[in-house]
Amino acid sequence: MTDDAIVVEGLEKSYGNVRALCGVDFAARPGSVLGLLGPNGAGKTTAVRILTTLLRPDGGSARVAGLDVVKDADALRAKIGLAGQYAAVDENLTGFENLEMVGELYHMPRAEARARADELLEQFDLTDAAKRPAKTYSGGMRRRLDLAAALVFRPPVLFLDEPTTGLDPRSRLSMWETIESRTEAGSTVLLTTQYLEEADRLADRIVVIDHGNVIAEGTSDELKDRVGGERLEVVLEHVGDCEAAVSALAELSDERPTLQGTTVMAPMRRRSGVIADAVLRLQSAGVAIDDITLRRPTLDDVFLALTGHRAEEEPEGQPERAEEVAA
Amino acid sequence: MNATVADTLVLARRNLKRIPRQPDLLVAYTIQPVMFVLLFVFVFGGAINTPGYDYVDFLMPGIIVQSIAFGGFVTALGLSEDVKKGLIDRFRSLPMSRAAVLTGRTFSDVLLNCLSLVVLFAVGFAAGFNFIDSSVGQVILGIVLVLLIGYAFSWIFALVGLFSSSPETANSIGFTLIFPLTFASSVFVPANSMPDGLRQFAEANPFTTWSDAARSLWIGTPPHTDVWMSFVWCAVFIVVFAPLAVARYRKVAAK
Repeated sequence: MTDDAIVVEGLEKSYGNVRALCGVDFAARPGSVLGLLGPNGAGKTTAVRILTTLLRPDGGSARVAGLDVVKDADALRAKIGLAGQYAAVDENLTGFENLEMVGELYHMPRAEARARADELLEQFDLTDAAKRPAKTYSGGMRRRLDLAAALVFRPPVLFLDEPTTGLDPRSRLSMWETIESRTEAGSTVLLTTQYLEEADRLADRIVVIDHGNVIAEGTSDELKDRVGGERLEVVLEHVGDCEAAVSALAELSDERPTLQGTTVMAPMRRRSGVIADAVLRLQSAGVAIDDITLRRPTLDDVFLALTGHRAEEEPEGQPERAEEVAA
Repeated sequence: MNATVADTLVLARRNLKRIPRQPDLLVAYTIQPVMFVLLFVFVFGGAINTPGYDYVDFLMPGIIVQSIAFGGFVTALGLSEDVKKGLIDRFRSLPMSRAAVLTGRTFSDVLLNCLSLVVLFAVGFAAGFNFIDSSVGQVILGIVLVLLIGYAFSWIFALVGLFSSSPETANSIGFTLIFPLTFASSVFVPANSMPDGLRQFAEANPFTTWSDAARSLWIGTPPHTDVWMSFVWCAVFIVVFAPLAVARYRKVAAK
């Protein structure tokens, strides 16, 4: 495993009494996308800050592109790109000037830095806005500029810390497309996110972390198996149809469908054709449908399945509990 | 070392680009000192007694020292913004000189202070200021002294900027700390006109040393202390505050 692009072993970091990372292990193969999935405060950003040399770990070790994040920090900085959740661009500079500055700070010759800036603005669909100060950019444009800045030096390892948090759905989608086209270029990417959907779409492997511990690791499919896959939800028009609906849907699902008011819920193994199939079965059983959806598992579902609590809640005794699950 | 110089220049250029794009900063750099000159010369000037010299001649060296010392507030403003907006993280993740974020700031302040100096002298001459009995060498030495004072204060403001949670507080902390210091000195009035206690404080105040040194170089007053002492004060401020700012920068950046 020594040829992995990112190797993290027993990484620990505390802020005062708060343990942000309690001995975390994970690794990423070269050219792969690793998703670090977890709620706010799980330790994702702390891990990224350590891996990008911004923060020194209290314990454990981490190597990126074969270089130790503490001992070889100077050499490592030439091999990584960082795009953060706060879109670190200079608002008073234009898009072009931002990228030119970053290129010059990588000690690229000025002409090369400028050519690279033009090239990236083109790739990130910012050419029209290139001469405008970044403070006039929309949230999505700023994130794209931030990501472009991380790519100026074509780093072999790229860190994206919650690249779409706070973006509207349209900007998020376009950001995903941008990231996908970048990851195809062969660099290794570590992506942190609060959204399972995002990790699902972009990451080859997902590491779920909570309260500074890794609580699960695997491909998106493996995790979903542990969560129980997708769930069909049917809202009935008449309460009286409940029994008929449950028996009509029972054949589609491995488990017996459950009832909640007028909503019938059934976990599904497959996705394609499920809704059409369900509608046909319910119609022939004479059940009137008010609404029907196929719900994909959310981060909440993953957390509920893995830890027994929801991602957003902060019940007491939390860290101990997470450690038990990890063990 | 070469890399530090190159990075400093890249970041200084970046700092300077914002000035014409933020008209309020340009105002702070030009209109504010002009207002000070006009208020003091024409409002207080008649009531302040400066034996042997016109008040405008007495005032200009002091007000130039004060304005240039405050020039560094752009550093406080800029640094606290960079911390808040995450730009410090970007810089620290790049294979660039670590010192350049601070040296780029303080160096661009020097260039901005040159601009201020031009405006201040222009207003001063318009209000009736003249160099008295001073050689070209003395005028230039005075200008070097004033720019050095500005440089020293850039490091103080860098420290202030790194301690503040927002650009607004950086601004007000800077002014609250330094404003009274300039008034309890010979910047605006002769120290010997002050009551006991305040007078001793003013005489020990480096702003008095600096103002008196600038006066002796530009209008031929006998210096209160030697001119060289004013350079020593600059050196002391830089030697004390530059390492403090660097230490604070490391701490802030490593959060």
